Amino acid sequence: MDSAPHTAEGQGGPDRFTDVQSSEEFAELRRAQRSFAFPLTVAFIAWYLLYVLLSNYAGGFMDIKVAGNINIAFVFGLAQFLTTFLIAWWYSRHAARRIDPKAEAIKERLEGDA
Amino acid sequence: MTTSQQLAVAAASEHRTLIITLFSVFVAITLGITVWAGRQTKDATDFYAGGRSFSGFQNGLAISGDYMSAASFLGIAGAIALFGYDGFLYSIGFLVAWLVALLLVAEPLRNSGRFTMADVLAYRLKQRPVRTAAGTSTIVVSIFYLLAQMVGAGALVALLLGATGEGARRWIIALVGLVMVLYVTIGGMKGTTWVQIVKAVMLIAGTLLVTILVLNKFGWNVSTLLGEAAKESGKGKAFLEPGLQYGKDGTSKLNFISLGVALVLGTAGLPHILIRFYTVPTAKAARKSVNWAIGIIGAFYLMTIALGFGAAALVGSKAIIASNEAGNTAAPLLAQEVGGGADSTGGAILLAVISAVAFATILAVVAGLTLASSASFAHDLWANVIRRGRTSEREEVLTAKFAAIAIGAISIVLGIFAHRLNAAALVALAFAVAASANLPTILYSLFWKRFTTQGATWSIYGGLISSVALVIFSPVLSGNDKALFPGMDFDYFPLANPGLVSIPLGFLLGWLGSLLSKERPDARKYAELEVRSLTGYGAH
Repeated sequence: MDSAPHTAEGQGGPDRFTDVQSSEEFAELRRAQRSFAFPLTVAFIAWYLLYVLLSNYAGGFMDIKVAGNINIAFVFGLAQFLTTFLIAWWYSRHAARRIDPKAEAIKERLEGDA
Repeated sequence: MTTSQQLAVAAASEHRTLIITLFSVFVAITLGITVWAGRQTKDATDFYAGGRSFSGFQNGLAISGDYMSAASFLGIAGAIALFGYDGFLYSIGFLVAWLVALLLVAEPLRNSGRFTMADVLAYRLKQRPVRTAAGTSTIVVSIFYLLAQMVGAGALVALLLGATGEGARRWIIALVGLVMVLYVTIGGMKGTTWVQIVKAVMLIAGTLLVTILVLNKFGWNVSTLLGEAAKESGKGKAFLEPGLQYGKDGTSKLNFISLGVALVLGTAGLPHILIRFYTVPTAKAARKSVNWAIGIIGAFYLMTIALGFGAAALVGSKAIIASNEAGNTAAPLLAQEVGGGADSTGGAILLAVISAVAFATILAVVAGLTLASSASFAHDLWANVIRRGRTSEREEVLTAKFAAIAIGAISIVLGIFAHRLNAAALVALAFAVAASANLPTILYSLFWKRFTTQGATWSIYGGLISSVALVIFSPVLSGNDKALFPGMDFDYFPLANPGLVSIPLGFLLGWLGSLLSKERPDARKYAELEVRSLTGYGAH
């Protein structure tokens, strides 16, 4: 039923998508997405692994008490929550400002052509 | 049986009517919604994707409902209650993992797929081999996950009915299986989504109530709570420090890393989560739903701190282990305690409420898993591989319904046999399989120009087989008295979680398979996929 629905509707010839893909405008869209999402992914995974590794191999440091019974390990854990919320918010703001308008413009053009 | 357990059982049987009533009300309401949703389910898009009619907020709630499983609610609370700080890793990993889904997967998937994860993979690769591989791994991951939920259900029944309830345990697991099949076959995605939404609200409300009662007992001072938990655990200060469960030696430290990696990379490869992105109309709505999910799930996992340490402080690890070796009943026992104790009416009521919430949780998650796996069976394996696309929508949906019945039967059988393992640890295995078999192929297909069919099949089968094989030869299955088969000994692989080996292997095989393949990557199809996935042009 839907083994090839995607190819059937392209009316601008087989190279339409290749044309868009190699356009400067699309390169900008791709850059806006990748240059934000990729480094940020590497960063939050590194930050998370740092927490995992410190828990494993830096017991002395993680066990230091900060306030009452709350130690650095606990604060580190809560910091992971905080950074997750912040990154989600930051990405969404970036996407709304820098990605969505570019994507929308290209999409409208494609729909106009078809 | 300990005294506290006897008391629990006595109180439970006194108020068993209440538990049964609450649970029946939930089942009745959700089945009503399901029938209503079923009437509006006409075509395949309705059945698989709820007509793509949900808002970002609704889907965010439904994602949370799908994600906060028995593992999160029962398993994490138990893991923290028994192992203190080390149990907290689950909460953190399960949450941070959402960023992978948000930044890399949710939007392109929504833009370029229709019903299943394999839709995106099959876009520019050869349909049949890729769909066969992706369908197989979808079903395997879902069954691992189902097993964890059934273990949670079994632990609950044992708590509520005591050791005499072995027969009842089977009946209730069978009932869970039956209801989940009804949700899926009658209500499709629309019905299942509403079940998730209702359940998410109930779970958050129940958890919030217990959290407030716990914090109130400790004068709203987290430090006092932690101190009391450490004291009652008998482990002292070590209970609040990393390493109680995973710090013994080099192997258990590696195990901690393996678990950590599996948790953070698993989410974006879970089929039942991925198909939720298809229930909203646009990629923007998919992004919004992930943001809501991160907020809701994050708040929930913060509350697991109160649940876990609260259970350690107020119930005590001895009573928890006596009730369930793996700690799966810590949360309901805690509810009973903060309600006033085992022999009080308040305690019995709260135990009943939280148990009903836990059952609702399990029911909703198994429905989501059943839908994901039966959809993949019908859409990927049946319609596109076996019937080579020569099938009607009617036939495909009918196949999905039959598949749901079969998967229901499988999970009932599994649930009857497995009950000695921690639900969170079991779900972590599903995460490891998802991260090894599914995530590499999803990322390569979306972002790597030179990815080929051979790369995809090597990666999926390599990740799938290696992760499942390493689980089979791990200490989870044999070689110690906590294993699934304690009498046998074939634990040749030292880590309980295979992620550290199988996830890099999945990525490596995807890369190697592509490099060594004779087939040339289809540049035109990749152009189409890239343009569609980034712009949303032509999205269904």
